[in-house]
Amino acid sequence: MSATDTHIEPDTEWTPARLEGLGRPIKGPSALGSQPGRLWHLTWALAKTEFKLAFFGSALGYLWQLMRPLLLFGVIYLVISHSKLAAGSHQPHFGASLLLGIVLFNFFSESTGGGLSSLVNRENLVRKIEFPRLAVPLSIVVTALMNLSLNLMPVLLFLLIDGGTPLWSWFELPLLVLILALLATGLGMVLSVSYVRYRDVRPIWEVVLQMTFYASGIFIAILTLAPVEVFGTNVSIAHVLMANPFAALLEQARHVFISSSYPSAASAIGGVGLLMIPIAIAVVALVGGFLLFDHEAPRVAEQL
Amino acid sequence: MHQSSLPPVVVDRVHKRFEIPREQISTLKERALHPLRRGGSDTLHALRGVSFAVEPGEFFGIVGRNGSGKSTLLKCLAGIYSVDSGSIYINGRMSTFIELGVGFNPDLPARDNALLNATMLGLSPREARRRFDSVIDFAELGEFVDLKIKNYSSGMLVRLAFAVMIHVDAEILLIDEVLAVGDAAFQQKCYDEFERIRASGATVLLVTHDMGAVQRFCNRALLLEHGRTVELGDPEHVGNRYLELNFSQHARQVEHDAAEVEEAGGQAADAASLGRDAGAEAAGGDGEADAEGRQLEEPTEGRRVGDGRAEILEGWFEDEHGARAEVLPTGHPCTFAARVRFREDIENPLFGINLQNSARDHMLSASNLWSDPRCGVFHADEQVVFRVRFLNVLAPDRYHVTPAVARHGGAWIDRRERMISVVVTGTHTTDALLDLPYELVIERGSAAAATAELVG
Repeated sequence: MSATDTHIEPDTEWTPARLEGLGRPIKGPSALGSQPGRLWHLTWALAKTEFKLAFFGSALGYLWQLMRPLLLFGVIYLVISHSKLAAGSHQPHFGASLLLGIVLFNFFSESTGGGLSSLVNRENLVRKIEFPRLAVPLSIVVTALMNLSLNLMPVLLFLLIDGGTPLWSWFELPLLVLILALLATGLGMVLSVSYVRYRDVRPIWEVVLQMTFYASGIFIAILTLAPVEVFGTNVSIAHVLMANPFAALLEQARHVFISSSYPSAASAIGGVGLLMIPIAIAVVALVGGFLLFDHEAPRVAEQL
Repeated sequence: MHQSSLPPVVVDRVHKRFEIPREQISTLKERALHPLRRGGSDTLHALRGVSFAVEPGEFFGIVGRNGSGKSTLLKCLAGIYSVDSGSIYINGRMSTFIELGVGFNPDLPARDNALLNATMLGLSPREARRRFDSVIDFAELGEFVDLKIKNYSSGMLVRLAFAVMIHVDAEILLIDEVLAVGDAAFQQKCYDEFERIRASGATVLLVTHDMGAVQRFCNRALLLEHGRTVELGDPEHVGNRYLELNFSQHARQVEHDAAEVEEAGGQAADAASLGRDAGAEAAGGDGEADAEGRQLEEPTEGRRVGDGRAEILEGWFEDEHGARAEVLPTGHPCTFAARVRFREDIENPLFGINLQNSARDHMLSASNLWSDPRCGVFHADEQVVFRVRFLNVLAPDRYHVTPAVARHGGAWIDRRERMISVVVTGTHTTDALLDLPYELVIERGSAAAATAELVG
């Protein structure tokens, strides 16, 4: 049919000369968008919505958010403090230290696990409107931060009841939380776009999170682990495990928040120089995560 | 920000392709098991060099059939998809309304949803809060502002979403047809709002396949087919081309189906004639038998065949007094009438009907093939009514009529199979198909004897 094959040429009035006055063509979706304010407005609006839903969504509302880490804490505390293996229970303020570990891990798992499925869950937004795509995984981290700040209250309470004293080094904690949040954002960016393409990223990440939980010294003192012999040399398991940025951050958080008798991250890994390993991993996660996300952002709506 | 001298929207030779994997590999396991298998992918070329410019304050329609690329174009304009080549220039603040209430959460009250939705649509949170009262006023939801929207009726929900949408105050509005769904009252409200938006001087791009809306609102329209611009300009003209495309596509499809049947086996070869040279059959021949086998198997109501150069707009029956009727008493004269509009000049067309009873027996085939084959030239945009008058001798039953317009000795122009039906009523029933007028005389006695004598 001739009707379908006819091609109307562009209006001749729209010559390149006239197009010049139009400024730059639109680019399609991107990670950051063109207006910086909008990314933040959206992130905040989405995060606030999620937080409110958790608060008002169920009968006990926010109590659940507080109860979950506390229940886990209760079980681990009972088992560990009555176990012969529990070298950790002799550490100062063991309860507060354990709860801090659980609460920080909770944040890490919530922000990365939630970030993983965030783009898929927000499909209706991604496919229906143009907005800076980064707002989706970022809002998950912001919601998790809100939860974390509430969950830190019981930790503080445990610490003070147990005879802990306020320390100047507490001021370092927000910085550590910020670094942890950046790490989680980086991983969230990688995971969210990967999950759009490959659905088995989720079970894999669930296993990784479980391994992280046991390998980060949440309920045992990592330094008490005996070294193992590899090819004739003694290798400290503690040093290896500390290469995990989450474990290093947790160790440092205990050092600054619970008591300085906990080793700092640098001493746990065996020197400031070696501390570069977890830092490098975190930086790679953040930068690499952003580059991957930025690369995938324009196509996410088509792949969902 | 918005300079009135510049066109608000310019689309310059835009191409968009989608890669569609032939084998869907969506798990790492599959990827790991078959590392070398590339799977391959098909390329769907959704937009093939589309160009147009929209003038300030213009109400611009983008129309096309399903799969023509109009939704892809909409998403490219909205910035949801990036284009492969070419450019889109947007000059002014644009809001896209592809769906009402994007991001609505049923567990949150109207207040939170409205604020979130407004933020998603481009307002800053402060602006959103400032306009909130006005949004709620417009939606007439003042008392329900703190009610979770899962408890809202669908009407309330739509009102809320629509209220947010029109409070975003964009200079360029990109509206998808989905907005025009809903009950008639809401549709009217949408349309009233479109009128207001148009009057306010905003530029509107409306993506739709509703020609009525295009011809009612749009200053200009763009018709897409297979990712290309087919027509750009006057909505009336574009609307006609759109119908033409639908028709020719339909006709091609019928021919295609028929050809397939033909290939599949000789027994159905007659079916092919349905699409091709069946003109004579509509015109007056009673050679419809070829289609019967198919007709019994599949519902054919409303099936439409033809090249679309003319269109049968409506058909109806009239009783002997000329009034439209859906019930006709048997034994009286009646008329079938159809209104036809020509799209192109056509010489000596054939008008005809076929009438079937409920058992699909052909009761009447009528056309001007024998009575008036040289009926002259009919011009584009000319409307005619053709009438078939006959004495209704049909037995009481329901009858379907298939009106058709065909080219002289050629193919269908428009044939609307079993377009309308009519019920024939009578005071007595017989098992005959027709109730022909007759006289029955009974002779007895001397008269009968006299006849016998004459014969003998």
